[in-house]
Amino acid sequence: MTTALGTFKDRARKALGDKTLKTALDRTTGNARVKRAAAVAAWPDFDRARAAAAAIKDHALAHFPHYLEQFERNALASGAKIHWARDAKEACAAVIDICRQAKAKTATRSKSMLGEEIGLPDALAEAGIRRVETDLAEHIIQLAGETPSHIIWPAAHRTREDVSKLFQQHHRDHLLLTEVEAMVASARHELRDDFFGAEVGISGANFLVAETGAICTITNEGNAELTTTPPRVHIVTAGIEKIVATTEHALQLTRLLVRSATGADLTQYTTFHCGPKRAGDRDGPEEFHIVLVDHGRTQMLEEMPDMLRCVRCGACLNHCVVYRKIGGHAYGGAYPGPMGAALTPIFDGLEPSRDLPHACTLNGMCKQVCPVDIPLPTLLRDWRAKSFRQGFESPALRRGLALWALVASKPRLYRAALALALPLLRRRGKDGWIAALPFTPGWTQSRDFPTPAKKTFLAQIESGEQA
Amino acid sequence: MEENANSGGARQAPPKVGLFATCLVDMLRPNIGFSALELLRAAGCDVEVPKAQTCCGQPAYNSGDDASAKRLARQVIEIFEDFDYLVAPSGSCAAMIRVHYPELFHADPAMRERAERLGAKTFELLSFLADVRGFRPRGVSCKASATYHDTCSGLRELGVKAQPRALLAAIEGLEMRPMEGEETCCGFGGTFCVKYSEISDAIVTEKAENIVATGADLLLGGDLGCLLNMAGKLRRAGASTRVFHAAELLAGRALHAIGEEKP
Repeated sequence: MTTALGTFKDRARKALGDKTLKTALDRTTGNARVKRAAAVAAWPDFDRARAAAAAIKDHALAHFPHYLEQFERNALASGAKIHWARDAKEACAAVIDICRQAKAKTATRSKSMLGEEIGLPDALAEAGIRRVETDLAEHIIQLAGETPSHIIWPAAHRTREDVSKLFQQHHRDHLLLTEVEAMVASARHELRDDFFGAEVGISGANFLVAETGAICTITNEGNAELTTTPPRVHIVTAGIEKIVATTEHALQLTRLLVRSATGADLTQYTTFHCGPKRAGDRDGPEEFHIVLVDHGRTQMLEEMPDMLRCVRCGACLNHCVVYRKIGGHAYGGAYPGPMGAALTPIFDGLEPSRDLPHACTLNGMCKQVCPVDIPLPTLLRDWRAKSFRQGFESPALRRGLALWALVASKPRLYRAALALALPLLRRRGKDGWIAALPFTPGWTQSRDFPTPAKKTFLAQIESGEQA
Repeated sequence: MEENANSGGARQAPPKVGLFATCLVDMLRPNIGFSALELLRAAGCDVEVPKAQTCCGQPAYNSGDDASAKRLARQVIEIFEDFDYLVAPSGSCAAMIRVHYPELFHADPAMRERAERLGAKTFELLSFLADVRGFRPRGVSCKASATYHDTCSGLRELGVKAQPRALLAAIEGLEMRPMEGEETCCGFGGTFCVKYSEISDAIVTEKAENIVATGADLLLGGDLGCLLNMAGKLRRAGASTRVFHAAELLAGRALHAIGEEKP
């Protein structure tokens, strides 16, 4: 879990003032939007595929215990060991236990947002286990001592110019490299020994396939295979909502997930991992552990089941006007953007994260691009209603809304109030514009406000005017 | 202007339309209300402006204050449920009534049914004119270039996209210029723009840049809230783009843009 400093507004303000961040976000999210749009345009049945994908997830969730038990049975039969974890603490403890039994000094790790969600990097550090991030972007932010700012591109906030400096400082050869290819080669060189020296490799999972007991990872760099194959022990950490009934379902979702994330047809690697190395296998881990993590998911099944469909593609981040301006770190949770604003109150509690569902224009773009049709604006509004009911909103706002609703529900009073207030407001106007509004300075900090009408529309209608 | 495709053939009684002006139009820009009135009459409707109307309750709803939102929703339902149609010159207020009132009363079957009934006959002005009335303006001319911003609620909750463009295409001399990111939110978001004014500013700054880049004389849209946000930013940024609700242009009432006071 990230330990975010300051309030949401402080973090957002800092992000808005960061020009490098703006460059990085514009590049990453801009490319992603263009590529996704092209992929969707090239798929005539996209809407149908999207409905089918949502149905696949809904089906698995409607029979959650059935498919999870089926997965467990088949995974056990394949030789995997299953560890159920109710919360983040149990999940981390399970991983650390396995590492200790394996006498692991070093654990390689391929990118997993669930790992971030449960605070695994900190847990490994506390246990004295050296963590080596093998995804290129995760490697970058590990060098920078940061957390991911995007669920697909963890280093979305970093420009290639930043990365060049980081690598010069931290890589053994201390070379100043400016070409992307040379930087990638340098990272590969840096990670090589650890790929083969680590006792434990930790991965996430994009899908848990009930009918086979396999887990599926979707990656581009090949680092997941190098993280999960050479070490003696492979640990998978996965949220239980990753369950799907069949391999066919996993592949159908993959088509949507990858196009929504990067616009590509497929990632470079789509790997199904099923059990440990068998007699006669040339490679593979001797031990294969799967840590199945609840961490709020059964609660979500009751309160926010739509969100359990999320396949973590990041399309809602790339298309969110707020995310595009403030980046991921301002959100303060493991998951940023619209999906993060829906999830963080579950993980961190609503009171400390109440800004997230409010810092949204409810414009609906996230819902439009979601490959599994999650009604994100509705979920965020529901959090606002909950926050209001639970008394987390300021007394001033509560009183203001109640007073305004009272006046607006008494048309005569409302008319009289407007007849008083509008002329007062008009006095502040000059050449048709007001440069500083009372009560809502937020507007006129950066915008002008037009002078209100001399007489309201209704008042003009009343007196038979036609303007 | 006038012409109503539905008025030909067998004469039908004109539909009774309740015009919901919206609180922003009422207070800030009555010209949009008068434009809506004229357009609806030209489209063969019997229009009334109920005097008891105030606000649809959207600010309360989006702030999570469901009790206040219900109080105002109930009032709107009572005032408008006997009309054949409720029409509003705003995608977000129309969507509030059409889409969100039924959600608001989900636990109250009797009110939910009334909300659904009103919702089914609630329309955003431009889509009502084009889709329901088959209306096209006639004899309106405007020698200018314009760009159109698709306001989010109208676009995504009500499917308002082609209708305003089809109506505007009937204006003589008007040259439409597409804008980069025309479907991207302007950063208004109701109370969002004052609660998170710095984020809102960053969003509307980019929007204003895209508007100016079209070189269009006019910015048009179908929601006053969003138009105020963009007009206010354009003005602060020193841009000369004039901002109108599309209905003002269609009604031939585009004399004074937002912020250009009538002398």
